[in-house]
Amino acid sequence: MLNSKRLVLAHFWLGFISFGGALLLGAWQMWVRSPLHPWLQNPEIYYRSVTAHGSAMGYVFPTLIAMGFGYAVIELSLKKTLIGVRWAWAGFILVAVGTVTAMVPVAMGLASVLYTFYPPMIGNAFFYIGIVLVVVGSWIWVGLMSVNLIAWKRENRGVPVPLAMFASVAGAYLWGWTAVGAAIEILFQILPVALGFKTTIDAGLARVFFSWTLHAIVYFWLMPAYIAYYTIMPRAIGGRLYSDSMARISFILFLVVSMPIGLHHLFADPQVGSGFKFMHSVFTALVAVPTMLTVFTICASVEIAARLRGGRGTFGWLKALPWQNPMMLALAFSFVMLGFGGAGGIINMSYQLDSSVHNTQWVTGHFHLIFAGAIVVMYFAIAYDLWPHLTGRAMTQWKLMRWQLWLWFIGMIVLTFPWHFTGILGMPRRMAFFDYTNPELAAQAMSVIISTIGGLILVVSAVMFFIVLIRAHRGARVVVEEYRFSTAVHESKTIPVALNSFGLWLALMIGLTLFNYGYPIASLVSRSDTSVPAIPIGGPQR
Amino acid sequence: MSEERLFSLRNRWFTVTVGGTLALALFAAAVGFIWLPSAQKDQPFQGIWNAICSAAGVPQQWLRITTATPVPLTQTSLVAMTPQLLSASSSASIGRGATLAMRCTMCHGAMGVSDANTPNLAGQFSSVIYKQLLDFQSGARSNAVMSPMVANLSDQEMRDLGAYYANLPKPIASRANALAAIDVPDIVAIGSPMRNIAACASCHGGIDHKAGTPWLEGMPYAYTRAQLQAFADGSRHNDISEQMRNVARNMTPDEIDAAARFYAGARP
Repeated sequence: MLNSKRLVLAHFWLGFISFGGALLLGAWQMWVRSPLHPWLQNPEIYYRSVTAHGSAMGYVFPTLIAMGFGYAVIELSLKKTLIGVRWAWAGFILVAVGTVTAMVPVAMGLASVLYTFYPPMIGNAFFYIGIVLVVVGSWIWVGLMSVNLIAWKRENRGVPVPLAMFASVAGAYLWGWTAVGAAIEILFQILPVALGFKTTIDAGLARVFFSWTLHAIVYFWLMPAYIAYYTIMPRAIGGRLYSDSMARISFILFLVVSMPIGLHHLFADPQVGSGFKFMHSVFTALVAVPTMLTVFTICASVEIAARLRGGRGTFGWLKALPWQNPMMLALAFSFVMLGFGGAGGIINMSYQLDSSVHNTQWVTGHFHLIFAGAIVVMYFAIAYDLWPHLTGRAMTQWKLMRWQLWLWFIGMIVLTFPWHFTGILGMPRRMAFFDYTNPELAAQAMSVIISTIGGLILVVSAVMFFIVLIRAHRGARVVVEEYRFSTAVHESKTIPVALNSFGLWLALMIGLTLFNYGYPIASLVSRSDTSVPAIPIGGPQR
Repeated sequence: MSEERLFSLRNRWFTVTVGGTLALALFAAAVGFIWLPSAQKDQPFQGIWNAICSAAGVPQQWLRITTATPVPLTQTSLVAMTPQLLSASSSASIGRGATLAMRCTMCHGAMGVSDANTPNLAGQFSSVIYKQLLDFQSGARSNAVMSPMVANLSDQEMRDLGAYYANLPKPIASRANALAAIDVPDIVAIGSPMRNIAACASCHGGIDHKAGTPWLEGMPYAYTRAQLQAFADGSRHNDISEQMRNVARNMTPDEIDAAARFYAGARP
């Protein structure tokens, strides 16, 4: 049962529209800094575009998908109407208003500070206020996820919380806590300067607060994809989930260990001690555990589906999989990209290896492969899976969907592999142009051209994605059968309370955060000599 | 199940996860704060307490400085520029500056513009004028005419002069974007990335403006070229952190000429 269809659709559509706009900017950026385009006469335009691309892709798009998907999961898994529909709409409106509020100064060139803010650069205050509105809107969602879970638990004492709901709430709690870092940075450090009350800012402390948000935000983006792996994919390809407990343990581990690891973004920063950097490196490595658990569990679930379809042999069962099914394709592509991206990530998070790729195009390649690749391809899959239930119309463009997913996969590989390569060659990120006529850079020109082609393939894929969605709104009306999440091979009537509640895990999450961030933050806050003059961006240019 | 208490030492989920997390955190801390820093054999890192403090990033005087701080061979600028320096000025300050500026008119013109190949001052940023006056006074920048003129000015008088000249109308109408013109030389619009030369326009206006940099449109050709050459050979050395010297040293004579010519002719 899905009563709040318009609510969910509104979230998905606004999310995908912001994705589409940001994608075009991204492709334009690829184009203008490749050898195919003469040097930009005004690089500020480039950073304006990067800021809009990053803010829309990082803050708006995944947040709206997570919110919309979360509301859908409440109604579909708990089988009851969402409590607080008005609040949910209020949250949506805050996100929408915040997006516009932030994007106007960016478009005017008044806040070209990139989505990571980078103090001591200070842009127009409305950019930050807009981001705060987006976050506040998403916090309403966090509250509603919690309220709906608690209400359901009260009515169903002792019954296991459906896996999809359990995982969605884990994602919501993760976001609720991880957004606190950037919120503190904006409210207490950046906004007082942007509004003119102060002229200096502790840039080092601001970067530490942002790292609090910056890494776990990736796992917040990842959550809908992981929820889809566990609760949609096995059903969609005709199999069963290998283990419900393993799924819960994975989500719990993400909740606990994805928070105290953000300092691995600051390995090259001087204001944090090496001991804390090492601690964060260790806990980053630990994220490999839930990732590997997931890879194992989902591969086992896929094998179950294949063997149910008559697959045989050690690897022969792979042929029996429903490769014509877009969901199967999306899952396979997502896993391949997660594999490569994850392998690259292990290099980034290694304290020593990082120094060879820090701030190079390698990093850009890495996070595009993980987020725009492994995660966004699952957002597509979630939309394809939910759309008939949201529109009440048949979705029949199977061929177009397959093409779309194939092109996204190919485009993302063609985009990111050359990025990794040029990163190893030392090409820095965040550059508006490169002098390819110089013999030292000439050899990189071909790689950059290839990755530009990847970017253009992605635009084609996105156009197809929108065609599929829009056509589905005009499809034949059908009676859609009841939505099902995947069922586990062994469905137990009871599960340990630890796997059915969040108290212990939230306590560990907060405790570890304080353990790993407490001293670096306290020492910077308590010192009086750590502030630097703020650098206004987009002020009078002459 | 509802009877089961989670926060209890009898619950194995509780003991194993909390114990495991603690054990892992303590192990990682022991490696990161004691073992790894102890690999440093230098004297200040010896001992567990020093190892922990160094790994935690406690600010300390690790190196005993025994030699005296080297004295720079050239006098450098002591002015600390911030974007907020002199961002506001009062009409009283402008008025005092106007009186003081009477003695500048011989070279810089009655309204801050002159054909004597001196830099235009009308409409220049007040912080720029203030900094140059301070540098002339301290000796960081020297000029046979300017140095004696500035010698007896007080700090407030220099601020007043900055406020006055900033308040004068610019000699040319400010263009929305100087770089929209087609004949902008590469050195101005793009610089030379591989030679570490930022675009002139990225600090001097056109693309962006950085604190302490003058805007240059309409500056006499001879003046700009002479300053770039002086930065290149080091005879002018009042640029903070050698920013202009590093740029000018890497510019070719043709680029210096192109930049000076462009700014001299950059009129609407």
